[in-house]
Amino acid sequence: MPSSDAGRLGGEELGARLDGIFSFDVSSGRSYQELIDALAPLPREEQEFALHWAQVAARTHLEIAYLAVLLLPQALRRLSRRQAEAWLVAALEGFDRSGLRTAVVRLRDIEGFARGARGEVLALQDVDARLGRFLQGLSGRGLRVAAAEAAWTDTETVFLPPAIAVASREAGAERYKAIAALLWAQARYGTFNVDLDAALAAGPGRDAALAWLALLEALRLAARLGHELPGLRGELAVLLHDLPPQLDSARVPLAAPQAGVADSLEWLRQHPELLASPPHACAWLGALRPDEARRLRDARIRQQAEVLRLSVAELLESLREEKAASQLDLEADAERLEVKVMVDGQELTLPPEGLAAAQSLIQDLGEIPPELLVAAGEAPWKPADKPGSGAGATMETRADLLLDEWDYRRRAYRRGWCHVYLHTVGGDDLAYVPAVRARHAPLVRQLRRRFEAMRGEDRTLRRQADGPEVDMDALVEAIADRRGGAEPSPRLFCRRQRDERSLAAAFLVDMSGSTEGWINDAEREALVMLCEALEMLDDRYAIWGFSGWTRTRCDLYRIKEFDEDYGVDVQSRIAAIKPRDYTRMGPPIRYLTRRLLGEPARHRLLVSLSDGRPDDFGDDYRSQYGIEDTRQALLEARQAGVRSYCVTLDRNGPDYLKHMYGPAAYSVLDDVRKLPLKVAEIYRKLTI
Amino acid sequence: MNRPHMHALAPELETFAAEPYYQPVGRELELFAAAAQKKLPVLLKGPTGCGKTRFVEYMAWKLGRPLVTVACHDDLTSADLVGRYLLAGEETVWLDGPLTAAVRAGAICYLDEVVEARKDTTVVIHPLTDTRRVLPVEKRGELVRAPDDFLLVVSYNPGYQSVLKELKQSTRQRFIALDFDYPPAELEAAIVARETGIAGEIAAQLVKIAGLTRNLKGQGLDEGASTRLLVHAGHLIAAGVAPREACQAAIGRALTDDGDSVASVDDLIRAVF
Ligand SMILES: Nc1ncnc2c1ncn2[C@@H]1O[C@H](COP(=O)(O)OP(=O)(O)OP(=O)(O)O)[C@@H](O)[C@H]1O
Ligand SMILES: [Mg+2]
Repeated sequence: MPSSDAGRLGGEELGARLDGIFSFDVSSGRSYQELIDALAPLPREEQEFALHWAQVAARTHLEIAYLAVLLLPQALRRLSRRQAEAWLVAALEGFDRSGLRTAVVRLRDIEGFARGARGEVLALQDVDARLGRFLQGLSGRGLRVAAAEAAWTDTETVFLPPAIAVASREAGAERYKAIAALLWAQARYGTFNVDLDAALAAGPGRDAALAWLALLEALRLAARLGHELPGLRGELAVLLHDLPPQLDSARVPLAAPQAGVADSLEWLRQHPELLASPPHACAWLGALRPDEARRLRDARIRQQAEVLRLSVAELLESLREEKAASQLDLEADAERLEVKVMVDGQELTLPPEGLAAAQSLIQDLGEIPPELLVAAGEAPWKPADKPGSGAGATMETRADLLLDEWDYRRRAYRRGWCHVYLHTVGGDDLAYVPAVRARHAPLVRQLRRRFEAMRGEDRTLRRQADGPEVDMDALVEAIADRRGGAEPSPRLFCRRQRDERSLAAAFLVDMSGSTEGWINDAEREALVMLCEALEMLDDRYAIWGFSGWTRTRCDLYRIKEFDEDYGVDVQSRIAAIKPRDYTRMGPPIRYLTRRLLGEPARHRLLVSLSDGRPDDFGDDYRSQYGIEDTRQALLEARQAGVRSYCVTLDRNGPDYLKHMYGPAAYSVLDDVRKLPLKVAEIYRKLTI
Repeated sequence: MNRPHMHALAPELETFAAEPYYQPVGRELELFAAAAQKKLPVLLKGPTGCGKTRFVEYMAWKLGRPLVTVACHDDLTSADLVGRYLLAGEETVWLDGPLTAAVRAGAICYLDEVVEARKDTTVVIHPLTDTRRVLPVEKRGELVRAPDDFLLVVSYNPGYQSVLKELKQSTRQRFIALDFDYPPAELEAAIVARETGIAGEIAAQLVKIAGLTRNLKGQGLDEGASTRLLVHAGHLIAAGVAPREACQAAIGRALTDDGDSVASVDDLIRAVF
């Protein structure tokens, strides 16, 4: 790069600047001359670059700063400016992780870094699960991760470039994390809390305005994030290098702790000259598409408000005996995402799903506006509401049984609403199970060993060091030993160990159409592993598949009955499990709860595998209604003494899971390949 | 020959001369004191490492009563609680178990993780937890009457996922239940700073990390980081370990063995430190 020699810093100026950074003790034997000699020949820009990084490094360790300055001229011949930054960051990171020696080794290895820096490309798909968990950690609510040319977010999905080229894979993951965090921050710190469409005048300049605003928001949010999550600062600073210089004067005002999207808009209003042309593309900094973000955000707010209303209504109901009228106050702390619910001055705790809804609302709105709770305590349902599909329970049916369904708006059951049909899966593929068993032989062996260790038996343990009973045989022996002059054994007790595994388990497998492909394969393999492992125990278990097509066709597929053996029939049925229609979850949960209650076991467990949201054809089961009915079915199970555990394969299982599975325990798997092992492990954990 | 298990059986009555540090979070001090005054047994519910044990120690000090702690496990028999005959020479001698010792001494008896004990073991506390307030020592044909100062406290973690380990209704309905949870962020930071001597700012950052990991509960982690883990991390930092490394050792790898989950916690740690 041809750079003017005119502005180059001379020896004296360099000395003064370095003194501000190092302030050497004369006795250290160090002098500035070595450093001045290294920097003097560089163009001014590179001198500034070196001094900047010396300052940064000096905050970590003076030795690193010293060496960095010495080596920088050489590094800059070999590396681009950005790579040199990565090289320095890698050294500082090395210090953080394992001390000075690592940092020094990394600094000296410019050549190695140059080799690594070229051509390392990290694909999003290699880290998307990891980023999903990272975002889950940041926000407490699920955010999907998907690939797109430019980074942006609609507040439910974070879109990231499909691949990035960086110095190392780890550096790539760090880069992705920073970009993703910056996008998450748009929703968390209020970018969409004002109507951006209204704020930016429509017309030819709108696209440019939006692009500039996106950069201003990146500036504001990076400062905010750096404050909240200081560990991301370094990487965020690298991202901001891309910012066009016209925005320099916005850095300070937008870094103020209280700065909001209104400040970005205001700054933009004061710089109309920028709107003449859009800024150069900064693919990593996040574009804004306010219309899509607002659409999802509004839907989410409606849904979460509903959940919160229901939670609060339940809470009030539980108080109703004591008090007639209640004064309800909700205090939200937007910084910490904390909420306080006060009823007549007394603080109450929201159930977890209510809390999650409140937190989600605070993230979207910055507060919980009181009008959201106005409907609390009253059922918004009116008799005029449409009763859903189908004409009512008088319809003639040959269903095997009729089950009630919960209508959350009425806060009442619809009696005999769901028509349940019981089928037996038909299949004749006898080769499937042996093939799976062979393919996963080591895993199966490992599981069987683990399960074997759980087997409880009713037996008396003799010759124990202690125990409630004296072991007479051992005692007599010991006395005899003593008399004979031998050392008597101290193990003189016995203890009965009772088998406490009186347990019946039912497994419910999602056979809806959306499981087509991978998920169905994983479900079947999971069942094989599970059965192989369960053969080691005496637990009674049943397996059923489910699928639905409106309330008049809830199909349940028998795969294994409680008293059936895991023999060729069951094996061929597992092989024949295939995707069918929709996911109406209430009826199968209720049916299996009944069946479990008919089992003569002391403990009852219901484990369901599904791929996400309850969904049914045509009616409103796919809305809040289905979530509430599923929740209610799980609640009924719990009240009847059946413990449920739900495994969901929807990595991005958004907020509703917490609410829906509230009465059960659940886990979300982000990788179907983990399902087979996971299901067996979950069962083991639940029953040790 | 030495018989170490005999020593292990000798019940320990702990008395607290100095005030244990306990930071109240809600109204637990008042409720516990009222329960103790009315001789009502207390059930402490809450996740692991949120201060239950510390709270009981504090209350023992405050009420001036000795404390007997029993960590329950699935091999714990009723004899382990009540007592048993031992052989000494060719004689048999009776040794009180911790529960009996606590009853006789008018102590607070704290059964930690009571769900871990076998069901037939938990039954022995029933006559102690209703108005009878007696402990039958069947082997000796003795009925030990509890003095007014005796108080039974049990703890359990409702997050436990094993179906086999639920507290039976007939047991749980005998107790005054106090809910414990991780303290609000500011208090938790104050606790960590006070326990470890690290700066308030660093403690606040540890608490932030804990909050992030708690968001991963059910999504790879069975539990988020407890206050105890933060205290551990704080101790390491106070001993000169770099914050990141301290968190990785005390939090990340302590929470889980699963490689992906460790990596995720690590990502969160590095977002803060
Ligand atoms: N409110 C508090 N005041 C003081 N210290 C606390 C408080 N809460 C937690 N701690 C700290 O956390 C540590 C762990 O708490 P403690 O051992 O009491 O947990 P616990 O709830 O008994 O856990 P577990 O269920 O695993 O036995 C304590 O040693 C203490 O350092
Ligand atoms: Mg404890």
